[in-house]
Amino acid sequence: MSNVTTASSTEAKWWGGGKSPFNVEYGKVMMWYFLMSDAFTFGAFLISYGTVRFSTNGWPDPNEVFRSFPFAPEGVHAPLVFVSVMTFILIVSSVTMVLAVHAGKNMDKNGVVRNMIWTIIGGIAFLSCQAWEWNHLFHEGAWWGQNPFLNADGTASSTNFTNFFFTITGFHGFHVLSGVVINIIMLIMTLTDKFEQRGHYLMIEKAGLYWHFVDLVWVFVFTCFYLL
Amino acid sequence: MAHTHTAEENKAVIAEIKKVTIILSVLTIVELILGFWMIGMDNAGLKLAIKGSIVILMMAKAFYIVAYFMHLKHELKNLIMTIVVPLALFIWFICAFLSDGNSFRNLRNTYNPYFKEQSTIKVEKKASPNHESTEGAHDEKAHEQK
Repeated sequence: MSNVTTASSTEAKWWGGGKSPFNVEYGKVMMWYFLMSDAFTFGAFLISYGTVRFSTNGWPDPNEVFRSFPFAPEGVHAPLVFVSVMTFILIVSSVTMVLAVHAGKNMDKNGVVRNMIWTIIGGIAFLSCQAWEWNHLFHEGAWWGQNPFLNADGTASSTNFTNFFFTITGFHGFHVLSGVVINIIMLIMTLTDKFEQRGHYLMIEKAGLYWHFVDLVWVFVFTCFYLL
Repeated sequence: MAHTHTAEENKAVIAEIKKVTIILSVLTIVELILGFWMIGMDNAGLKLAIKGSIVILMMAKAFYIVAYFMHLKHELKNLIMTIVVPLALFIWFICAFLSDGNSFRNLRNTYNPYFKEQSTIKVEKKASPNHESTEGAHDEKAHEQK
């Protein structure tokens, strides 16, 4: 939105040279293209999951598999509850990230710091939830190559379900972990006035793009594994 | 580029963030309600319709995240097109690969009696994780492929 002022005067000459034809900074364009390629990676994972699922007669019922909640008594039946908590954690951390980017555009250092801290806390909370869930499933006997869950119709299942679940949520979790590390670096750079010296907070915007992408992928992973 | 917003613009941006947050939360809650509704449902047709609506809601959520949180809607059209047009390949990927998976299942059910039989035999639910039996199932699979 900050670019609209420059856009209106030179609308017709974007490709005339001397400026970015996309009216965004180089690093941001490259972040977009990186995210596009990453979208293809996740897309390939999820489509192969779908293909294998379509080629199989039975599949475990996610509401039976993901029915537990931390600190709840053993054998509790709470499908979808824990994963909705995880989903909301990620949505909220995405919102605080937008607020950090917005504060950065206003050169509001305190706003950036405050919202980045919330975003990092959200990311760590999500990772903790995922660690708990993986640990719980592992103790139920689920892991790569091991599937203790029967198909929804009571027939024997293959290990495809657990293999895809751990690979894809693991790959997503690794993205969350790198996002948290990037956000911590951004926080340190903000606190040491790196961006104040540069005169802009564009790095926060790039980190923000990555963080929103992680949230975006979770929308798809969450739907494909827990709801469908 | 480090031009700061006026108070008016600030208000508009914050209002947009609030609006999108509410939309995303509502869409997620609707998805969860549909998910709870599906638990233990026997009607296969209705179940398929609900799954279709969940996919549509998922696409709507993706749109709001990309367009507003990632700010793509406010970029120049050229940039939007270089990102969105390649992703249109996914339409073909999904159609092609899912129908391939479906066809593979039909072929196996027609020509592989063992595969067909396995999907009709109900087995006992394992009381505790038993790694031995999973290994056994693996060996049988390996034989089947030979």
